[in-house]
Amino acid sequence: MIDFKTYFELLNLYSDYAMVCDSAEWEKWPEFFIEDGCYRLQPRENHDSGLPLCLLALESKAMIRDRVYGVKETMYHDPYYQRHVVGTPRVISVARDLYGERIVSEANYVVIRTKLDGESTVYNAGYYHDEIVRTPEGLKLRSRLCVYDTEMIANSIIYPI
Amino acid sequence: MNTTHTVFPQPPEWPAEGNSRIPFWAYTRDDLHRKELDRLFYNGHWCYVGLEAEIPQPGDFRRTVIGERSVIMVRDTDGSINVVENLCAHRGLRFCRERHGKRKDFFCPYHQWNYSLKGDLQGVPFRRGVKQDGKDNGGMPKDFKLEDHGLTRLKVATRGGVVFASFDHEVESLEDFLGPTILFYFDRVFNGRKLKVLGYRRQRIPGNWKLMQENIKDPYHPGLLHTWFSTFGLWRADNKSELKMDAHFRHAAMISTRGQGGKNEDVVGGVDSFKEAMQVNDPRLLDIVPEPWWGGPTAVMTTIFPSVIIQQQVNSVSTRHIQPNGHGSFDFVWTHFGFEDDSPEMEQRRLIQANLFGPAGFVSADDGEVIEWSQEGFEQKPAHRSVIEMGGHDIGDTDHMVTETLIRGMYAYWRKVMGE
Ligand code: FES
Ligand SMILES: [Fe+2]
Repeated sequence: MIDFKTYFELLNLYSDYAMVCDSAEWEKWPEFFIEDGCYRLQPRENHDSGLPLCLLALESKAMIRDRVYGVKETMYHDPYYQRHVVGTPRVISVARDLYGERIVSEANYVVIRTKLDGESTVYNAGYYHDEIVRTPEGLKLRSRLCVYDTEMIANSIIYPI
Repeated sequence: MNTTHTVFPQPPEWPAEGNSRIPFWAYTRDDLHRKELDRLFYNGHWCYVGLEAEIPQPGDFRRTVIGERSVIMVRDTDGSINVVENLCAHRGLRFCRERHGKRKDFFCPYHQWNYSLKGDLQGVPFRRGVKQDGKDNGGMPKDFKLEDHGLTRLKVATRGGVVFASFDHEVESLEDFLGPTILFYFDRVFNGRKLKVLGYRRQRIPGNWKLMQENIKDPYHPGLLHTWFSTFGLWRADNKSELKMDAHFRHAAMISTRGQGGKNEDVVGGVDSFKEAMQVNDPRLLDIVPEPWWGGPTAVMTTIFPSVIIQQQVNSVSTRHIQPNGHGSFDFVWTHFGFEDDSPEMEQRRLIQANLFGPAGFVSADDGEVIEWSQEGFEQKPAHRSVIEMGGHDIGDTDHMVTETLIRGMYAYWRKVMGE
């Protein structure tokens, strides 16, 4: 398995990611990924049936940057706050390559949405399935798959989960 | 000048201007909503239920909705498709709870009544009573006939792999219902090739269901609301385009051919959403490869009234199913698909372009948002009305998209059927 220092880095990756998503610093979001890293947000029904469609399938860091541009500049939407509550990651496997660890891990999450004139509601609940690699800048996501139970989206999802 | 100072219409009357005004009460009244369910969803119309590819094998079923009534689409043992209402003939349970699966027959757990895949009642526990101490206790009366207590069975029509159903067995044929113009655009997508389901997306939009039909009958907004459409020329006012309707003006096709995008002062001058310098970082988002079946247009959006929209936007194809729940909300279910003969590259292309659409799509997320805001405005001032005058007051096919004629057409039809 992994040593405590690596596990501590892993915990930081999860909590820093959540903090960035909740603080609306969208430009920092792609930086959690390596260049050919990908982000997928998929309803559980598709995942469980082996259907490939995602709600979002951003297949590179460049595409994730395109999403940031969309969120900031092109998509008209009701402003909202979001708050991630992420469970403790569960390490599923660890391998090693030239650069260091390659970790597969999962963690449950709940995202709460608060609109400016509304109450706070559970917006998206699911789990992350992650492939994480070591880079000179520390641990980064090679892929993050968010499988969500909340299949009936409350109208729209704009910000990153 | 109205001196009564009320925003609540009494009595509600359609504005004198006719179809170029839509009173907000058309979206806010529960009584009208129930009348719409009866007259548009449950009588006289074919409604979308799903794709044949979702239930390939005998016994495969999928639970879906017509209006606000739960129905089950199932493949029978002989390969045909049945649609039955998900409502037990005994005491009315909505008995089928799974979203999809495989069954030899249906049964209701409460008292275990059992139905064939056609919906025929096959058995009732304790029908002949229960023998105890040499005496028959209870049981159904002698005149109880299984044949009288089946599930409600719908009329079914399939075409090109798409399944429609109607509670109304007197409804005209699906082909007559669509009419030749819309049938042409329907067949353009569903031309007999086997479909391959890529997956689903669901969203609950807090707005009246008609707003979604209007949204896809409104070619005025896409080049304005949607940066991606205006900037990359996917859909905007200077594209070569046509708008066509059936003879009743209830269905429509918006047909458009992608332009070069870029800066045309007439079209994007002063438009907030237009981003001259915008480029995609990952070109795969716009890796559009024309397909022979398009026959020219790069996008055709077809509204089939009242229940479904057929999307072909470049390489992304889907059905979008409208499932009302009350006057102020509807569920919008997207089934994205490709074709069995797609190359792996084409399938991947469809999946990546799907990022533009759906509840989080670069383009479509805004549509759900503006529908929500529309409904909020309507509820706030139901005696008011919208102004549908772009392109004049008339209703008719056009060879441009700077018009709201399709919305006027839809309400002309709606008023006829609803008697408003
Ligand atoms: S309610 Fe279905 S069997 Fe009694
Ligand atoms: Fe739109």
